[in-house]
Amino acid sequence: MKETQSGPYVLETQHITKEFSGVRVLDDITVGIRSGEIMGLIGENGAGKSTLIKIICGIYQPTSGSVSLEGTPVEINDYIKAKRLGIALVPQEFNLINTLTVWENMFLGNEIITATRLLNKKQMRSRAGKQLEELGMPLDVNLKISDLSVAEKQQVEISKALLLNAGILIMDEPTTTLTGHEIRTLFTLMRRLKAQGVTIIFVSHKLGEIKTICDRVTVLRDGKLISIDEIADINEHDIARKMIGRDFTQVFPKKKVRTGDDIILSAEHLVSGRVLKDVSFDLRRGEILGFAGLVGSGRTETAETIMGLRPLSAGRVTVNGKSVHIQNARDAVDLGIGYLSEDRQGKGIVQDFDIPQNITMISLKRYLKNFLIDKGTELEKSSEYVRKFNIVAASMKMGLRFFSGGNQQKVYLARWVDTNPSILILDEPTRGIDVNAKKEIYDFIHSLAEQGISCIVISSEMEEVMGLCSRIYVMKEGRVTGCLEGDRITEEEIMFHATGIQGEVFDER
Amino acid sequence: MNDNTITHDNRSLWSLIVRAVKGFRFSEHSTGMAFIILFLLAIIVGWPNFLRIRNLVNILRQISYTGIIGLGMTMVIISGGIDLSVGSMTAFVGGITIFFLNLFPGDSHMAVLAAGLFAVLFGAFSGLFNGLLVTKGRIAPFIATLGTMSIFRSLIQYFSGAGNILSENTFYPEVGAGSVLGLPVPVWMFFIIAAILHIVLNNTRFGRYICAVGANEQVARYSAVQVLKIRLIPYIITGATVGVTALLWSSRLNSINSSDCIYYELDAIAAVVIGGTAMTGGKGTVIGTVLGAIMLGMINNMLVLGGVSSYLQQAAKGLVIIAAVLLQYNKKN
Repeated sequence: MKETQSGPYVLETQHITKEFSGVRVLDDITVGIRSGEIMGLIGENGAGKSTLIKIICGIYQPTSGSVSLEGTPVEINDYIKAKRLGIALVPQEFNLINTLTVWENMFLGNEIITATRLLNKKQMRSRAGKQLEELGMPLDVNLKISDLSVAEKQQVEISKALLLNAGILIMDEPTTTLTGHEIRTLFTLMRRLKAQGVTIIFVSHKLGEIKTICDRVTVLRDGKLISIDEIADINEHDIARKMIGRDFTQVFPKKKVRTGDDIILSAEHLVSGRVLKDVSFDLRRGEILGFAGLVGSGRTETAETIMGLRPLSAGRVTVNGKSVHIQNARDAVDLGIGYLSEDRQGKGIVQDFDIPQNITMISLKRYLKNFLIDKGTELEKSSEYVRKFNIVAASMKMGLRFFSGGNQQKVYLARWVDTNPSILILDEPTRGIDVNAKKEIYDFIHSLAEQGISCIVISSEMEEVMGLCSRIYVMKEGRVTGCLEGDRITEEEIMFHATGIQGEVFDER
Repeated sequence: MNDNTITHDNRSLWSLIVRAVKGFRFSEHSTGMAFIILFLLAIIVGWPNFLRIRNLVNILRQISYTGIIGLGMTMVIISGGIDLSVGSMTAFVGGITIFFLNLFPGDSHMAVLAAGLFAVLFGAFSGLFNGLLVTKGRIAPFIATLGTMSIFRSLIQYFSGAGNILSENTFYPEVGAGSVLGLPVPVWMFFIIAAILHIVLNNTRFGRYICAVGANEQVARYSAVQVLKIRLIPYIITGATVGVTALLWSSRLNSINSSDCIYYELDAIAAVVIGGTAMTGGKGTVIGTVLGAIMLGMINNMLVLGGVSSYLQQAAKGLVIIAAVLLQYNKKN
């Protein structure tokens, strides 16, 4: 079991280079992973983390270079081959079938068969249940995936990967959607797996997590390998500097004292279906208002109800003092309300549209000249946004599919800014993007507020709402349970309102 | 790899050609490439008759009827739907149009003009019916239009007594059988409608939105696109193109038979697919459909000129469709 440091690595990428349509996204990456270690993989937007992982999993083929296992070069043509070689991936975007149950998903493609060539449902159910229990998630394996929360779906995704007895487990930003408690459970599990000899590649944007759980850390920047360090030899500040290539100072812009007292948007006792039971809040002009709570507490549903994306069963929405009836997103946009969805891939960007097409999607009317789209103006305006948001794009004409999460998010944000909103609701605006892009987005939200645009920030990252917002509403099970302001904004206070119990808070260190 | 670095500084004609060739992405132009290869093949197989102007014009005339419908179908398929009813609808609209025309006694040009307008409007109306079933009725497009395919065919059989509906207007055939500047009227219509829909698809808000809705309906809904309306309109457009074809077809023979235009939906969909439009929706081109339709015509023509049994023509068409889809599939990887 014990591997000497100079011995063959359990997994090694050798001089991996990858190009997409002539754009080099990975440049000569040689990384060796030792058996039984947790290797952190960190880097900015478009640094190439996802691409590297996809090459290891056989989803992409390298332009040049090779991957070797235990010192032997292997050709990983597809993910099936990777799984056969003992490499399993827990993807960032879930890969589950909503209409199937938990156990059906876990065994999808690896079904247990009885002697009579039929599905051995009993055994699959019990094994799935046991697996989840080990994870500290006593989920009912007979539930449909569509009935699970985001956090639960991820647990299923992880247990699915572990079922295959993978020797190498790759986790692509697994903590993004988890709460403190769930992250702790995950880390306990990762340590247990490590003790069993499983090698883990852990991709994260969170420096604290990398420092807590990893043995070594690999930093990528602009597709190049910057460093591989023992975690003991490096501190968070150094990692951040290596990632960004410069010194990293303040993440959150200075909190702004809100100017006006006039209420621009107010919701009174909103009810929608069974998810939203009683939500009331006020938003003031130029304010950055926070919405905190656990995953599934009804924050997203509140935003969607205001946008007219969900039916309003009862309650009243007032914009600028006038009672409004918003039937669909178009009505909301006409009232100057924008909503950046938490689900960037599924509800945000069009993967095959290029940057201008994505940016002008809502405001397209303004770009018409005699009923035809003025593509010159469209491109010009989009280029402005690309500069303003610091979007890294090889070409304006390339589909958004080929962009990193952070760049996609900036394009998505630009789309809403282009509608000239007076109210912008941002749902998990920094999900799945790296520190540097995060900071840019924080700065941007701040400058929007300075321009008098009122922002609502929904976030599961406590740090984020606390750092950005002057007031925070906390939700629990479809109700607003508290409104915090000033000194009352503390993690304990938020957790208390979010869970109803004087809960402990996950400490990253 | 090494020798093309030189070309960056070299401004010779050769370097321009080299760069054009290197920059040419085969996958992006696969329809055009297939068209050229097929054309060259047809010249060889059909030598010397294929290249005769009369033959080429004939091919265009033959494909224009289903080609016109294919143009509308392109919009439907890009928006994420499909319309199987177009064949039956053509016969139905054609028949009703002749009934309408016969309301005007005697030979009058005005009556023919009115019938032309009527055909397009009635086609659009029939398309609206399909569209409402899909959008308001929330029925899967495949099922809804499978149902109306049956309904339209049954109605035209009933109205015609399972026979012919004859026009009494002797001017009427001038529409479908006429020629302008050496090209038959249907061919003109095919190219004109193609040009219009090309612009609609690429340069209008509606065109942009059908791509968005076809690519991801949720994204469109969350971006304040009125998804139902955007999904409805392509069916109306297809209905209108059906109306045009119904007019051209019924006027050419000055009659409609209740079994006319069978399998038009297959040719129309085939042209769209061969033209590179994704069956899953979201992207496609009108020009591709034009090329697709012409390719289908060339294959038929080639087989005829090459003396292949006419019974095998459908098989050849089937193979080409499958090959086109395989090519599409491989492009994705």
